[in-house]
Amino acid sequence: MSILVVGLNHKTAGVTIRERLAFSEQKLEDGLLGIHALPDVQEAALLSTCNRVEIYASARSVEAAENQIKDFLAAFHGMARADFESSLYVHAEADGIRHIFRVGASLDSMVLGEPQILGQLKDTFDYALTRKTTGIILNRLMKKAISTSKRVRTETRIAENAVSISFAAVELAKKIFTDLSTKAVMLLGAGEMAELAARHLVTNGVQNIRIANRTYERCCELAEVFCGMPVRFDEYIDQMTHVDILICSTGAPKFVLIKEQMQRVMRERRNRPVFIIDISVPRNIDPAVNDLDNVYLYHVDDLQQVVDSNMLERRKEAEKAEIIIDEEVGKFMHWLASLDTVPLILALRQKADEIKLEELDKFRNRCPNLDAATSDAVQYLVTAIVNKLVHNPTVALKENADDRELLAMAVKKLYGLNGDDDE
Amino acid sequence: MGTLLFEFALTCYFAAAIIGMVDLIRGSKDASKLTVWITAVGFILHTAAIIYRYLSAGQVPITSMHESASFFAWCIALLYLVTHFRYRIGILGSFILPLIFLMMLASAMLPREIKPLSPALQSSWLLIHTVFAFLGFAAFTVAFGVGIMYLLQEHYLKTKKLSGLFLRLPNIQVLDEINYRMITLGFPLLTLAIITGALWAEDAWGSYWRWDPKETWSLITWFIYAMVLHIRLVVGWRGKRAALLSVLGFVAVLFTFFGVNFLLKSVHIFE
Repeated sequence: MSILVVGLNHKTAGVTIRERLAFSEQKLEDGLLGIHALPDVQEAALLSTCNRVEIYASARSVEAAENQIKDFLAAFHGMARADFESSLYVHAEADGIRHIFRVGASLDSMVLGEPQILGQLKDTFDYALTRKTTGIILNRLMKKAISTSKRVRTETRIAENAVSISFAAVELAKKIFTDLSTKAVMLLGAGEMAELAARHLVTNGVQNIRIANRTYERCCELAEVFCGMPVRFDEYIDQMTHVDILICSTGAPKFVLIKEQMQRVMRERRNRPVFIIDISVPRNIDPAVNDLDNVYLYHVDDLQQVVDSNMLERRKEAEKAEIIIDEEVGKFMHWLASLDTVPLILALRQKADEIKLEELDKFRNRCPNLDAATSDAVQYLVTAIVNKLVHNPTVALKENADDRELLAMAVKKLYGLNGDDDE
Repeated sequence: MGTLLFEFALTCYFAAAIIGMVDLIRGSKDASKLTVWITAVGFILHTAAIIYRYLSAGQVPITSMHESASFFAWCIALLYLVTHFRYRIGILGSFILPLIFLMMLASAMLPREIKPLSPALQSSWLLIHTVFAFLGFAAFTVAFGVGIMYLLQEHYLKTKKLSGLFLRLPNIQVLDEINYRMITLGFPLLTLAIITGALWAEDAWGSYWRWDPKETWSLITWFIYAMVLHIRLVVGWRGKRAALLSVLGFVAVLFTFFGVNFLLKSVHIFE
């Protein structure tokens, strides 16, 4: 039995092909059951997200199953194989396992280390489990993909540090303030990025939001979205006394806040720290404001630099993650091999022989005065019993039936054969 | 036995300081945890050493430079552990442990024999006065360590160097808060130490205040921290300036403790 992965992702396929090959929620069940029914596919799971479509299978024959899956995809989506085959990747055996582990650990994601993919992978396997399209191999593979991903997350810093500007802003706010829920935020001017940053702050506990905008209607509109307080645009300087985090994106052609104004504000605030994020281009806030004590002014370019360096950091961490994954792939391959029946039968026979010889030895030590004929007879008897007992399991293992892995596991457990790798 | 306990405590502080340093450079959660637990073990051994010396000498063991430095280190360790378990800042140990270790090392290098106490010092004032003084000094020491952390983190935030140590240091608000708390703890203790010292002086030498160098320098230290608190509460100076002042204050603390004894003549030099 071999692991097989057939799929495509944002790196190998453009959005049009990804869209056409995606399995919508309604089609997921038909797709999964259809793949599972293919003659050379024994177990199957199907992952379909906006960035990737992947089929995980345990196959009787890799080449045959790969062909059948490609044909199935063509038929199911009403496309010619040639239209999408160049976008597909196929990984088998160890490479397939590595691919699944890398996907789960978010090493194959568009944003390296992003956490959603693990949840999607879990859902995929849970879904397959409810449709009974997986068995012992894929079930274990799923468990291992999840635990490997957790290992990567705890042993490397791949998921640490923000890699988007709005997250970077929140991370920075957390290095300035202890408790965001007691802090007041003001949006000065609105824009997509400013709103996104505000939204992230809200999810991180901020409750008190003020919104100032040149058009008062837009201001009230936003205030409603954030359950915030609308502020008249000409009052924003006065409001600064109460504001701990200012997100500015007014698009004004000149500075809307200069050092002298901020100095006054800081006096009134009794120097409580202020975090100012200037998202506007050109800048809306005089960079000299950053010279004031307890004022931390960040322009969007500064945040972009943070994001870039964090991304670099993640790439370094990804190298460590690859080592962990290699290790886990090795362990999984070892487990798969232990399910192989030929060595298992040998191990079973060897164990039976060992027991037989051991017990014969003990018997002969206990009755040293036995004549040769009786001794031979006893040996014959014992050998016959052992052979008969081992015969049926051996035949069953040799049969090459579909439930052979299950049997192999059972034999390993029942006879206590190299049961080291099953927790 | 007492020496052995002392040496073990010293070794623990040394190990914790080294691990703390490694943590500072490399960054690891396990190292932070190890620092705390080794310090805790060292603290228990240290406590035992102090009790042992108290029992064998039959007097409060804060009567020589060796004993005082050791007790100073013990007070810092106590406040460090309390702060750690209150705020859970792993990297705090990297800044405080070297101070504990250096104080302990100073103690280890000073003569250790137990000398009979001069009659002038035999009084229950000894215990009260010294405990107030050293707990106060220890609070200022922690304020200093946290102040350094604040200045570093503030520097990273201002200059936008947002990697490495920046990620491991906590937010500046909590650092400012601990700094402030330590000073509000240390200041009344120092005040009490000066008051009890004056009362004791009246008792022993017949005058409350004699402008002895130790007294003078304690007063200078007291004024520095009084200023820190005053401008914080009245003018609203906080953050960077408060942290800088707490560094200055700590220099005064060190001079009051070491400098006076070694450089100036004082009735406080335990002779």
